[in-house]
Amino acid sequence: MSTGLLTLIILALATFGMVAGRARAVASAGGDIRRLHSLPTFYGRFAALLAAVPAFLLVIVWLLAQPVFIENRALSLISPADIPQGSSDTLVMSDVRRIAGGLDQLAARGADLAPLVTDAPALKAALNAAGVALQNEPAPSVIAAAQALRAMQSTSRLIMTGVALVLAVAGLGWGLSRVRPEFRARNATESFSMWLLIGCSLVAVLTTVGIVASLVFETAHFFRLYPAKDFFFSTTWNPQFRGGSSLGIWPLVWGTLYVSAIALVVAVPVGLMSAVYLAEYASKKTRSWVKPAIEILAGIPTIVYGLFALITVGPLLRDWIAQPAGLGDSSSSVMTAGLVMGIMVIPFVSSLSDDIINAVPQSLRDGSLGLGATPSETVRQVVLPAALPGIVGAVLLAASRAIGETMIVVMGAGAAAKLSLNPFEAMTTVTVKIVSQLTGDTEFASPETLVAFALGLTLFTLTLGLNILALYIVRKYREQYE
Amino acid sequence: MSGSLFTQDARTKARNAAERRFRTYGLGAIILALLALVWLLISIFSAGLPAFRQTFITFPVKLEESVIDKAGNRDPAAMAKVTTVGYGKLLATALEAEIAAKGIDLAGVPPKEITDLISQESAATLRNMVLADPALIGTTVQFRAIASGRIDGYYKGRVTMESAALDKNTSPEKLRLADNLKAAGLLATSFNLGFLTMPDASDKRPEAAGLGIAIAGSFMMMVVVLVLSLPIGVAASIYLEEFAPKNWFTDLIEVNIANLAAVPSIVYGILGLAIFINFAGLPQSAPIVGGLVLTLMTLPRIIIPTRAALKAVPPSIRDAALGVGASRLQTVFHHVLPLAMPGILTGMIIGLAQALGETAPLLLIGMVAFVRDFPGGLFDPAAALPVQVYNWTQRGDPGFVERASGAIIVLLIFLIIMNTAAIILRRKFERRW
Amino acid sequence: MKDLVMETRVDAQTVKIEARKAQVFYGQNHAIKDVDVDILDKTVTAFIGPSGCGKSTFLRCLNRMNDTIPGCRVEGKITLEGEDIYDARVDPVQLRAKVGMVFQKPNPFPKSIYDNVAYGPKIHGLTRNKAELDEVVEACLRKAALWNEVKDRLQTPGTGLSGGQQQRLCIARAIATSPEVLLMDEPCSALDPIATAQVEELIDELRSQFSVVIVTHSMQQAARVSQRTAFFHLGNLVEYGETGQIFTNPRDPRTESYITGRIG
Repeated sequence: MSTGLLTLIILALATFGMVAGRARAVASAGGDIRRLHSLPTFYGRFAALLAAVPAFLLVIVWLLAQPVFIENRALSLISPADIPQGSSDTLVMSDVRRIAGGLDQLAARGADLAPLVTDAPALKAALNAAGVALQNEPAPSVIAAAQALRAMQSTSRLIMTGVALVLAVAGLGWGLSRVRPEFRARNATESFSMWLLIGCSLVAVLTTVGIVASLVFETAHFFRLYPAKDFFFSTTWNPQFRGGSSLGIWPLVWGTLYVSAIALVVAVPVGLMSAVYLAEYASKKTRSWVKPAIEILAGIPTIVYGLFALITVGPLLRDWIAQPAGLGDSSSSVMTAGLVMGIMVIPFVSSLSDDIINAVPQSLRDGSLGLGATPSETVRQVVLPAALPGIVGAVLLAASRAIGETMIVVMGAGAAAKLSLNPFEAMTTVTVKIVSQLTGDTEFASPETLVAFALGLTLFTLTLGLNILALYIVRKYREQYE
Repeated sequence: MSGSLFTQDARTKARNAAERRFRTYGLGAIILALLALVWLLISIFSAGLPAFRQTFITFPVKLEESVIDKAGNRDPAAMAKVTTVGYGKLLATALEAEIAAKGIDLAGVPPKEITDLISQESAATLRNMVLADPALIGTTVQFRAIASGRIDGYYKGRVTMESAALDKNTSPEKLRLADNLKAAGLLATSFNLGFLTMPDASDKRPEAAGLGIAIAGSFMMMVVVLVLSLPIGVAASIYLEEFAPKNWFTDLIEVNIANLAAVPSIVYGILGLAIFINFAGLPQSAPIVGGLVLTLMTLPRIIIPTRAALKAVPPSIRDAALGVGASRLQTVFHHVLPLAMPGILTGMIIGLAQALGETAPLLLIGMVAFVRDFPGGLFDPAAALPVQVYNWTQRGDPGFVERASGAIIVLLIFLIIMNTAAIILRRKFERRW
Repeated sequence: MKDLVMETRVDAQTVKIEARKAQVFYGQNHAIKDVDVDILDKTVTAFIGPSGCGKSTFLRCLNRMNDTIPGCRVEGKITLEGEDIYDARVDPVQLRAKVGMVFQKPNPFPKSIYDNVAYGPKIHGLTRNKAELDEVVEACLRKAALWNEVKDRLQTPGTGLSGGQQQRLCIARAIATSPEVLLMDEPCSALDPIATAQVEELIDELRSQFSVVIVTHSMQQAARVSQRTAFFHLGNLVEYGETGQIFTNPRDPRTESYITGRIG
């Protein structure tokens, strides 16, 4: 039975519970619903929830856990000799999965599988015909594992369907059996709903756990294959897909910081001065259209900035500055990416700074103006120092944004890992390398691929640290004037 | 200080000059930011608008039964055996015949190379046309072939006689022949609907590349994001805003949400790759995985405005409902939630718009793959609008720059529509308590 | 500067600020109507009246702090020592250095006590070097009766002082630019009675050097600190004269009702 059909059956049972629970409640009260503790619908909802929720939870958990258990069992069937040189468990397992999937397709078409599973060349041919391309003829133990996988999958599926249906029916029965006038159905359904609400807010926590777990787990895997010392202290980045790579993080960190620094050099003065002008000088009318207009910059997807860097800014900088000055002839460069990223980050600096400058009490401005200070003296000597912590927070948030930005650097900064000071040279960043190491058909268990997770963990830690620091500073600052 | 108020001393003059300079810097910063925005938009639009126009060459093609269906029994399997090469020859002969019939000057183009004027994709288009409607065989149809990338570029100013002289894919003679065809009414440039409906095309055929699959894929992902993140986001916000007790656990969730909103999007891509693809075994390039990843990314960005909308509903409404004996949950679902709904929907639309433009996480879950077939469901391979842009920028042919910029215009139009909807919603239902 | 002080001391009744037919509008709202008033030098002048009568608005006109409020317009003539302060040639920055202001709520800058007082002299360039600045700061803090309390912690933040000390710091800050007139907008309304007494005592001492204009809600305070009193009602200046005369023998019935507590 397919999962979709199972879902439909459970939903049907729940709907039945809804109607039957309601009817039973009305009947138990002798038709006078004032005798019921709760409205009749609550009795229906109670039965429906009991029928559907436990069954669905079971299905979800089962579907998530099933591959792990079954594939481990299937993997144990493969003899180590059948794992080719230079390959790994995961690669062989993906073959097993594809063969199993192909066999399913063949079975669905009514093909006789019995002769195929003993004859590797025929199997390969049949699978190819079914659209499942295999590189070489599968070893007998691999075929056996695929067969075992299929068998276990169908058994597991059968058990899951059975258990889920039993749970649904049992829940339905129990829910209906509890329908009595004095039963507090509303309270019961509401506490049930409350748990549902709590469960939804836990998604955020689970996401974080998922991020941290996947990063840490794969990073640990990476450090088993590649010495952590070389990763953290080597200054060369030179992945070789034949092995013997140098995977030092420093050239990438340097590129990231260089690009982000240029972005901030562009964005902080422009953003801060715009915020000051909007908060202190601009008329209400000007403010009402300029502020949203600048914020459009934050709403434009980063791919647009990436394309802008690639087709406009890069060639422009190359033809007008880098080449005439003899600084290089690459259109992707740290300067290109930094400049464009700076434009992107302007609204992050200006919006937050604007809020923060507005939070500085008017009495301080009055005090300063009342002493005969000009508005700019007031801004520079009273307002900005008072707002400084908040502005630092805004700049840190912008920095974290710049460090984690991907598309602009992928399209604008280049791919060469270099430790150079020339901003018109192509360099690369942590995010660019995460993309380049994880896209394309690469073997998943090699250090060259796994290094992306170590890079991801570095990036995550760095941006998280900056965010927490920034939020802490901004919050402290807000408290000061509340 | 004792001087007259009517005369400014030197120091005051200097201070006022500093004041004017400071103001100018502020104004300059704003103008700079706005100019950057205008520059960005002009650059993208000027590069991308030509993608919406396309040069076509229209001529009659006799669909020879002897070529397409040798057996003459209209057997689909046998007909499918005829490859695009066969149809290509058909087109070449037909075009050559038409040129000869109209007496158009070949401008020095060898007859064998006339076919270079039309896209290689045309043969496949013709083949699909015939396979879909075998009754056409033996008749003569007026066929509108896409002109090749270089010819198309010539009429958009991308290719010139000088650049054509250096280009091995075309020659000045062919451009002149194209001009002759245009004079004879065979060649014309018109609106390019195919850009929005056709699938991607291979590296050598920018003129045939379209956004059909990317739009379909993006649409599917948005449906997944909407279906998952609206209920989960609203439920989480309701819990945190209305029910959560003040304790370490609630704090943990709140800190979590604040930080997740600022986690770089590429990290969500890594999460998707590790959990959904490697661990749960979901297929690569599938809209379901993209949708899940974008949902996780969008959730915190939806929860924050949703909570603000709930908070904006005054406590007096809650007191009134609780006062007539409604339970806390009834109060929220009957009174608070409907009142907060416009704010929630506005936040939701803006969150969706952000998700629509997101690229980096989708690169990691395989959405860069070259997909030619429209996805039949959430588990089939598909492309996505922003990823398609990236994909096209990685190709060699300059025609793809135009396509990529055109795709961005499509993306921006979707975003403008969504944001306008959000603004209208906010204006229409905004309430001041 | 010092010469001027010497000169004016000869005639204590010199008119410092003169307002004739002064009008203030906030957009359409006519907030101050036809006010004629002469503020004397070396005198404390109190503006009293019910809330919203325009006394603070008028005070803010005297050093053009109203300029910072959008939509505010002043008509009529207000002169400082015979020079129209709303003349196009007048730079409000220079005017405000001559007409200092102390606000309702103590508003020390989030800087050190020293920097708070030194702020005015620094921006106006009144001192040539650090030693002179130190002198000015000490002198002003002494005049504000704050020196003994803060002399050991001049580098600590001004925001860390008590409310009364903060308000005296603001007064010290205001007199550091050597103004000729000191405007005080309800300077004691945020203070407790003890701090109020200290500030009132200080105001009385300041009279020897400045012309002080104080807006107050408290009639007792007006009676205690001022020599002349102006009563405002609904944007009109109802009565202006010697404080003693206003409180004991008001000429206008509205003044009398206010003083006896019937309107307010």
